[in-house]
Amino acid sequence: MRVQIPLIITFIVGIALIVAIFVPHDPFHRMNEEFSVYFDLIAVFAFILGGGNLLKIHGNRISRRSRDWKYSIVTVVGFLTMLIVGAFKIGGPPGLTGDVTAEGSWFKFMYDSVFVSCQATMFSLLAFFVASASYRAFRAKTKEATLLLIAAFIILIGRTPLGHYMTGWLPQQLEFLHIPNLSNWILSIPNMAGQRAIMIGIALGIISTSLKLILGIERSYLGGEGK
Amino acid sequence: MAEGKRDIVEVLKAIDRRIIFLLIALAVILPLAFHLVFSVHSSPIVEAIFDKVESLPPGSKVLISFDYGPSTVPENQPMAEAVARHVLHKDLKLYMMAVWATGPPQTEVLIRNVIQTDFQDKVYGVDWINLGYKAGNQGLINAILLDLKGMYTTDINGTGIGEFEMMRDVDNLTDMSLIICIGSGFPGVREWVQFAGDPGDIPVAGGVTAVEAPLLYPYYPRQLLGLMGGLQGAAEYEAALVSKYPQFEASSEQAIQLMGPQTVAHLVIIAFVVVGNIAFFAERRRERRRKA
Repeated sequence: MRVQIPLIITFIVGIALIVAIFVPHDPFHRMNEEFSVYFDLIAVFAFILGGGNLLKIHGNRISRRSRDWKYSIVTVVGFLTMLIVGAFKIGGPPGLTGDVTAEGSWFKFMYDSVFVSCQATMFSLLAFFVASASYRAFRAKTKEATLLLIAAFIILIGRTPLGHYMTGWLPQQLEFLHIPNLSNWILSIPNMAGQRAIMIGIALGIISTSLKLILGIERSYLGGEGK
Repeated sequence: MAEGKRDIVEVLKAIDRRIIFLLIALAVILPLAFHLVFSVHSSPIVEAIFDKVESLPPGSKVLISFDYGPSTVPENQPMAEAVARHVLHKDLKLYMMAVWATGPPQTEVLIRNVIQTDFQDKVYGVDWINLGYKAGNQGLINAILLDLKGMYTTDINGTGIGEFEMMRDVDNLTDMSLIICIGSGFPGVREWVQFAGDPGDIPVAGGVTAVEAPLLYPYYPRQLLGLMGGLQGAAEYEAALVSKYPQFEASSEQAIQLMGPQTVAHLVIIAFVVVGNIAFFAERRRERRRKA
């Protein structure tokens, strides 16, 4: 029963949602809306599950002194600090309806002073690593790599005002050689073709996995190694 | 060549990463310090969004979803502010919400920079409203497509949604004339197209980071009416806005000004790639000669 009941629920909900999408009339239409609300309710509970999971994983790392366990202390302390100052609305208007991000609240202070700075720093560092990695790895070793390199140069220049400065003087007949136009062409034609192929592949994969789940062929989500 | 003395090919092949980092830092700092500003021209994919906002009659409803966080503020915030400025200037109704928990603080920034600065006459609940963040990712989008008031029973401040004039004739997303998602990942523009634009037949436009933009081209132009990609996309929208409404020149040129550092940084990266390839070909030639 422990296996059969979840399988029956998955089958019924899966079929119901497919019908709700393809039959846009009541009661199926209404069903789609109801299921969306349930999904949102479950998503809220997922925060509790996610927090518990984070504490469990990093707690284990700290207690076992696993590799890089000191970073886990930072994670757990950061998580608990934000949780406590947010949940108890320290420094801000108290009560359930008190704004956690009100001026003067510790949560807002920590968000602005720590979280924003850390995120901005992490993302900014990418520019340095991209420059270093491009210099070391971007070599015209083969014909394909050379094509990729040329496309990258066109996009890099085309996505800045330089493209206009460099080729803006070209006559109307040679407008297709204008670097921003070339850049748009690369994004709109070869890039789009590649992206579509990937997306169709992913969609087919999702359909096949969904069917396996609905029909009870794929059972690993139940735990117990698919028994 | 004397022992211990490296030739030019060896030097070019192994530039210390600290030099690369230093040059990239200078490429960003110097243009900022010297206010290096280039003129920006808008492309068709950005103009499509601008033209759509232009074509909407006064009173039309435009929803902006703030689906990004502090890490991508330099790219996303100028887009959001330029679009909001345009929407309010055209007397359209501005609805703001977030599918990302980090979205509402960015909404607050926009309220300070745009509404409290340039549109002090606009009334909250009549001309613009902030609905805030709700959990649920694409599930939330799917739910508000059918019933917005069911999900958003209050605004961000906890005031009942029925008390606002501009919410009285809004039942679900299909009441919106345009949805603009300013995003930087999941859930973002793709989810707004898949769960709102397509099933509800609502025009959806997007503003995303430069990294994400190529992934969204398959939706353009039928499912996604326009796309602002990265800082360049934001600068193009600002250029279109300032060109049509020069009164916003002082307040709406954040991205245009940031294009200076980005342009120089791109040039530095190109220069390093060229140098790396010169060293690569020189070494290959040398090896061929040695073998011959």
